[in-house]
Amino acid sequence: MVNDWVYIGLFILISLFLPAAAILIAGWLAPKKPNKIKNSTYECGIETVGDTWVQFRVQYYIYALVFLVFDVETVFLYPWAVAYRQLTLFAVLEAVVFLLLLAGGLIYAWKKGALQWN
Amino acid sequence: MPTVNDFLLILPEVVLLIWALLILLIDLWIPDTKKYYTAVLSAAGLVISAGCAFALLGRTGSAFSNMVVLDGFSSVLSILFLLSGLAAVALAYDYLKRNAAQRGEYYTLLLFSIAGMMLMASANDLIMVFLSLELLSIPLYILAGFFRPRLASEEAALKYFLLGAFSSAILLFGIAWIYGSTGHTDFPGIVASIDGGRANYLLLLIGAGLLLVGFGFKIGVFPFHMWVPDTYQGSPSSIGAFMTVATKAAGFAALLRVFLVLFPAEAPIMAGILWGLSAASMIFGNTVAIAQMNMKRLLAYSSIANAGYILMAFVPYGNPVIAQEAVSSALFYLLAYALTSFGAWAVMIALEPAESDGLLLQDFSGLGRKYPWLGAALLISMLSFIGVPLTMGFWGKFYLFKTAVDGSQIPLVLIGLLTSLVSAYYYLRIVMFAYFKPGEPQIQPGRWASVVAVICAAGIFVLSFIPTPVFQFAAQMIMGMK
Repeated sequence: MVNDWVYIGLFILISLFLPAAAILIAGWLAPKKPNKIKNSTYECGIETVGDTWVQFRVQYYIYALVFLVFDVETVFLYPWAVAYRQLTLFAVLEAVVFLLLLAGGLIYAWKKGALQWN
Repeated sequence: MPTVNDFLLILPEVVLLIWALLILLIDLWIPDTKKYYTAVLSAAGLVISAGCAFALLGRTGSAFSNMVVLDGFSSVLSILFLLSGLAAVALAYDYLKRNAAQRGEYYTLLLFSIAGMMLMASANDLIMVFLSLELLSIPLYILAGFFRPRLASEEAALKYFLLGAFSSAILLFGIAWIYGSTGHTDFPGIVASIDGGRANYLLLLIGAGLLLVGFGFKIGVFPFHMWVPDTYQGSPSSIGAFMTVATKAAGFAALLRVFLVLFPAEAPIMAGILWGLSAASMIFGNTVAIAQMNMKRLLAYSSIANAGYILMAFVPYGNPVIAQEAVSSALFYLLAYALTSFGAWAVMIALEPAESDGLLLQDFSGLGRKYPWLGAALLISMLSFIGVPLTMGFWGKFYLFKTAVDGSQIPLVLIGLLTSLVSAYYYLRIVMFAYFKPGEPQIQPGRWASVVAVICAAGIFVLSFIPTPVFQFAAQMIMGMK
């Protein structure tokens, strides 16, 4: 029990030490040629040009949703395909049911005009 | 690996889900002018599923490696949910047409939600409780906002969604604590761990408290009731009616099973909390309802008060002698409350004009003279809400109070009696408007909503002559619960 806490303590020490060491060593060794741009704050990428509050077409959103359905399908089918040789009939049928459900979703979206760009 | 028997035990749910998926697709080819086909199809699905549930009545067993159980408790509640769904379809039919919101998704989403409720009543694993809670909630978030361009409906959906998401998260957190304490999420495993003395009592208690908060949101008891009035008012009225009955019943189903099975040892502490929730709900719901002039808000506050009444019988649940009686009287009251609440909502939906946020009490003026059947249905529902003899509401409260007295909760019973007296004021005021004020309802009543109102009122009246067999049926059904 106590040993576990020692490990956690070691982890904390190392995790504090490593980044601190990296920053300090870099500070000693690196050549320093500051200018205005280098000293400016770096936050989430470069500064934007123009207004960031642009409007997107809401249809991108529906596209993204339909895309996501098949994205997730791939994630689920990949391990299934890899293990296909060891699977029982039940697992195969389950995957077929899963595909049918997703196909139903696609038919629904299609018929509702989600894939129509106008 | 699941066997055929596993699927057989959840046959009503399977039928309902497949049916819902088929309706979703079939509805795409039904033109907008003929949406009654979708309504009839979904009603047929509910009836078939109810037929399966009836066929399974009396069977018990567990399926999918103890994820779900089938017993009398879940069977009876499943049938209650399916009948509520049938009522919600009937109530919606004229109402959606009147509001130009005849979309087939209403019925599909309703069916999905009911399947979630049925799974919730038979869940035997905390993960299953959570999943079925989501399956029942997510369609309801959408249904609450079904009149989408209307602000009130969007507000209802957003409030319900935000608080529902919070309560789900709290519930999940509670499940995590219980898993941390016992190392199991399945009920038999948790019980074995507690009985074997391997569970950490404090962690378990925290988990139980968090679960109670999560369920409290769903059943809408006092400190967790904030979403109730706005959501019920802004949602389509047929969904409001459905939520007051079915969602509440589903929340109670999970609450009763989880607490009876998992937390009998925490009863001394939980009883105090349940006592407070019950008393506060009865007092708050009934007093605030007095100030409401909008029928939908009034029924919303009434539903908060009724959640308090049901909780009352459950306070002494730790006493093994009372536990069975507590669950059967809660079931009995849920049945009585379902009939009463659907009766009251149906009368209102029948008379509600398009684009309305719920009728004001004045709008019932002259109802008794112009439409005697609807007036009578309203009168019977209101008397049943108060608990006047010759109604199911009376027997429901009778059994609840009796259970609470047997569990020596005399102060709580006194609060219940006094708040019932208070409630008589606002329930009878509606009757007063309907019978003694001159006026005329604004529209021709919807046919199907009127049918639901009359059937519910007849049920309230007729069943009140045979309360003992009904109660004994409920008691017999829950015998094998533990």
